[in-house]
Amino acid sequence: MAETSTNGPMLAADGTPLKQSLAKALKRQKRMALLLIAPLLIFVLVSFIMPIGSMLMRSVQNTAGTDYVPDILPNVVVALEDWDPATGELPSEAAFKAMAIDFAAAFENKQHTQLGRRFNYETPGMSSLFRKSGRPISRLKIDQVTDFKSELIGMDKDWGKIEYWATIKANSGYYTASYYMAAFDAERTLDGVQMKEPDQRIYQKLMIRTLWLSALITLCTLAVGYPVAWLLADLPLRTSNLLMILVLLPFWTSLLVRTSAWKILLQEQGVINDIWVAIGFTERLSLINNQLGVVIAMTHILLPFMILPLYSVMKTIPPSYLRAAKSLGADNTTAFLRVYFPQTLPGIGAGALLTFILAVGYFITPELVGGADGTFISNRIYFQFSSMGNWGLAAALGTIMLLIVLLLYYVYDKLVGIDNVKLG
Amino acid sequence: MAQTYSNDAFVAFERVQKSYDGETLVVKDLNLTMPKGEFLTMLGPSGSGKTTCLMMLAGFETATHGEIKLGGKPINNIPPHKRGIGMVFQNYALFPHMTVAENLAFPLEVRKMGKSEREAKVKRALDMVQMGAFGGRRPAQLSGGQQQRIALARALVFEPELVLMDEPLGALDKQLREHMQFEITRIAHNLGITTVYVTHDQTEALTMSDRVAVFNDGRIQQLAPPDELYEAPQNSFVAQFIGENNTIEGVVQQISGNRAVVRLDSGEVIDCRPVNVSKVGERTKVSIRPERVEIDKNRLHPDAHTLKAEVLEFVYMGDIFRTRLRVAGTDDFVIKTRNAPDQRRLQPGEMIDIGWLADDCRALDA
Amino acid sequence: MKLTKMMMTTTALTLAAGAAFAESHGSMAGEMTVVSWGGAYQNSQVKAYIEPYQAMNDGLKVITDESSAEAVTKLRAMAEAGNITWDVVDVVAADAMRLCDEGLAMEIDPDTMLADAPDGTKAADDFGDLMVSSCFVPQIVYSTTFGYRTDLLPEAPTSVCDIFDTEKFPGKRSLEKRPIGNMEWALICDGVAIDDVYTTLETPEGVAQAFAKLDTIKDNVVWWSAGAETPQLLADGEVTIGSTYNGRLFSAIAEQGQPIGMLWDWQMFDLDGWIIPANLPAERQARALDFLKFATDTQRLADQAKFISYGPARASSAPLVGKHAELGIEMAPHMPTDPNNAKNTFLFNYDWWASYRDDLDAQFQAWLLK
Repeated sequence: MAETSTNGPMLAADGTPLKQSLAKALKRQKRMALLLIAPLLIFVLVSFIMPIGSMLMRSVQNTAGTDYVPDILPNVVVALEDWDPATGELPSEAAFKAMAIDFAAAFENKQHTQLGRRFNYETPGMSSLFRKSGRPISRLKIDQVTDFKSELIGMDKDWGKIEYWATIKANSGYYTASYYMAAFDAERTLDGVQMKEPDQRIYQKLMIRTLWLSALITLCTLAVGYPVAWLLADLPLRTSNLLMILVLLPFWTSLLVRTSAWKILLQEQGVINDIWVAIGFTERLSLINNQLGVVIAMTHILLPFMILPLYSVMKTIPPSYLRAAKSLGADNTTAFLRVYFPQTLPGIGAGALLTFILAVGYFITPELVGGADGTFISNRIYFQFSSMGNWGLAAALGTIMLLIVLLLYYVYDKLVGIDNVKLG
Repeated sequence: MAQTYSNDAFVAFERVQKSYDGETLVVKDLNLTMPKGEFLTMLGPSGSGKTTCLMMLAGFETATHGEIKLGGKPINNIPPHKRGIGMVFQNYALFPHMTVAENLAFPLEVRKMGKSEREAKVKRALDMVQMGAFGGRRPAQLSGGQQQRIALARALVFEPELVLMDEPLGALDKQLREHMQFEITRIAHNLGITTVYVTHDQTEALTMSDRVAVFNDGRIQQLAPPDELYEAPQNSFVAQFIGENNTIEGVVQQISGNRAVVRLDSGEVIDCRPVNVSKVGERTKVSIRPERVEIDKNRLHPDAHTLKAEVLEFVYMGDIFRTRLRVAGTDDFVIKTRNAPDQRRLQPGEMIDIGWLADDCRALDA
Repeated sequence: MKLTKMMMTTTALTLAAGAAFAESHGSMAGEMTVVSWGGAYQNSQVKAYIEPYQAMNDGLKVITDESSAEAVTKLRAMAEAGNITWDVVDVVAADAMRLCDEGLAMEIDPDTMLADAPDGTKAADDFGDLMVSSCFVPQIVYSTTFGYRTDLLPEAPTSVCDIFDTEKFPGKRSLEKRPIGNMEWALICDGVAIDDVYTTLETPEGVAQAFAKLDTIKDNVVWWSAGAETPQLLADGEVTIGSTYNGRLFSAIAEQGQPIGMLWDWQMFDLDGWIIPANLPAERQARALDFLKFATDTQRLADQAKFISYGPARASSAPLVGKHAELGIEMAPHMPTDPNNAKNTFLFNYDWWASYRDDLDAQFQAWLLK
């Protein structure tokens, strides 16, 4: 029967080595597969990978508007090379002259205010100085001025502030760490990089709060969702389909409507407080515009993301396991804990990961019901991006959050194993 | 079978009824007693109530009416985990997140057994099913037959006095199934365990059991040892359900003692043994096993009634020949003859006379 | 470097994508995208001049967009992508100054591009001080001020400092979740003279002083981030006093008949107006300029006041302000520009905030977190 020779490679029917013809056949398959996923690949590349790459770049690029700071201030960068702010002395005359020349060019290109805003992120007041200096400096006759230092300082005494020049020198490269410094609540002072005062460290606090509240919300969705998913998985299909619609109902309403509904329910003059008072309590409860409100509203909103993976995993667990455990002598609790629960871990893993990552990135709900102490880091990222226009800081914060989530994902993989995550 | 029963009613169903919807009874007035050490099979088509009975005994379903007793004590209100009954499930229900050894240790752990004792018992149980080397594997890494053995070992490891098996061999292929049938009976008898076995496979029931309870329509149709069940079915359902069977309908013409004369619908008259017919004029289904039909006139009693038959089909089956005949108006009368050197091979179209011993022809309910 | 450029363009493209769908292939007779704030305000613009302008220009298609809150970010992204899809954009003065500084808005010459007043006053003089940027055509004057529940407070507050008096005026307050306005009011009510407010805020001690004053009511504050929140909170009785834009309060009081009163004391004046994005194709620019000239003339600005209680930016429009289009009540007394309402006002200091906003905002956030 066997035609294979005992020595030498296996040969296919046409005499070519079997491995070779297998590789050839597979290659065609692979090319076909690549072709099939190409549209998705391109889409993901353009709409996902490139923006994320761009975000990573933005967080370190030292730009004002679309151009790099050293390209706008080429002469200043050179002139400040040998200057050391720690000496406590102002830069040389050459630096002032270079500033006058570069500034005039920047004014011509309408870049001077963007430059001012760039420096203002680190040193308040520079935006104002740069705006006000635009026209006056552009009117200087460069070849007629002898003393640029006194000319500029005469124009605006702020040109004589050492910390302003120190900021310019510190940000004269193509790349900068200052966005990350800001994101980690550090600042550059004349004595080097230092952490801000503890009560001014907002991003640290916000990140910790975001992670903590997201974890709490994930736990709450698990606590509420687990029994529901179990019930759904246990009921006959007709009943469970009906219940499933109720679970999915929140998906069909806009996020804003749902959040607003929570406001109406939970506010001090709201439905729940009215009932509370009607029962006989006198003190109204603060259920919203604080962290509690965020946890309640987001638990509700994210519940389906916990229930669905749990349900699909539970659906695959036959009821005979629990029966088997009981027949072997385990009481209800033991049977659940030792037999049923471990088998739902993949669902818990998937649901928790999904819910947590979604929660970390949420900002509409925390913004609307979070009040002063319930906002998330994403609210600040959005604020920096859209209101302040500080894309660098927004990108740095975003990158840090991305890294934290990846780190958590990694830890999760090490602890539970990502293969144990099942969506059904 | 020389067995001494400490208690003839180790397991007892007393007037048990079960209804799921409050309108129809799935189990109707069930009475059954089982001595200790018996291997009893509940056999029946799906929906006949056999699995429900098993689940009531295990405690996963509650009886709507009546009492179930174990060792003389009613267990209706005892939760399943306190009944101490071992169970093997249809899909084995091995816990996928535990190794084989952990699966086996589970019932011992929940009984708070010490570690060394536990390990010894697990090892013994694994050896018993010849799976000693597989303790560290996960169920998913085992074949169906191996999983089956583990499920059996797990149901036995905590030494229950009663073991229930719910179609445990349904998922195995034929050869493996036959092997396991033998294996299970061997172990059950060696350990002297009382076993209730549910299946819809009659061969399994006949080969494994001490007694078989044939279920249909929520009732036990007949409860008897396999040979009795096969050879002396009490009603036409059992006759039809167990083994191959030829049925011809007719009317009782005469009854005296253990002889009845039945006029078949085609007009011929035959001798039968009245089983559950009692009076003249009653309609009856006459049942004859294919292998009890005689085609050699010389071997029949001279007075015996014979019937004319036309050979329709001859099938060579190795050890036997299976021949389909047209007899008394039916086209599906089957006879089986042993493949012996002197045996005739009938040709289609051939006309022959067939007959049988009156005792082998049972007049049952219509 | 090439990759970087490409990535930046991608981001810009992604950001502009939403707007890109509404790309206008404008010519003088084609279509025009007008960007504003939505709601009752945009409605007043549609009624007062967009519809009349369309009636004058048969076949002109006007696309309205409600993205003004993100105008600066989106215009930057559009400029980076080299595809500007907006023609006329309604922005607050501070945003107009930023856009103008960055060359994202075109400069407007009031003498040639805007309509003079009916009595011949040059447009530049008619708008006066309100032309805070060379790219900006002022449209309305609005103010951020306080509304209060007339039925829930023992007496009507008369001074902005009454918000800090929780004994006399019990209940919660709603304040905007940003330093602007709140810091100034805190200092004014802590005894700082109006002229010294900003110099005080430049010092760490001044900031601390403002926060200390805000600390006295911090537990009683509900923070808002959208202008519609305060009227709703007042209506629900969640707060008894709250800041918001005067137009929002007007509609709660006059149009919905809520038991709300308006407090005119040290309200913060701000301006809102139009810019035209820089470097539009010639025919679209011509269309935009033509529209702008019409929309900001004396009569049109006065017409707008029939629909919303914001003061027209032209001096010559004030006498023409009539009655509310539907309610028939005189609008003049409800304008922030009315002499009775404008006894104590301060103008939003754009330049100062441009420099200190990043820093104070971080400090404000830190204070909120405490």
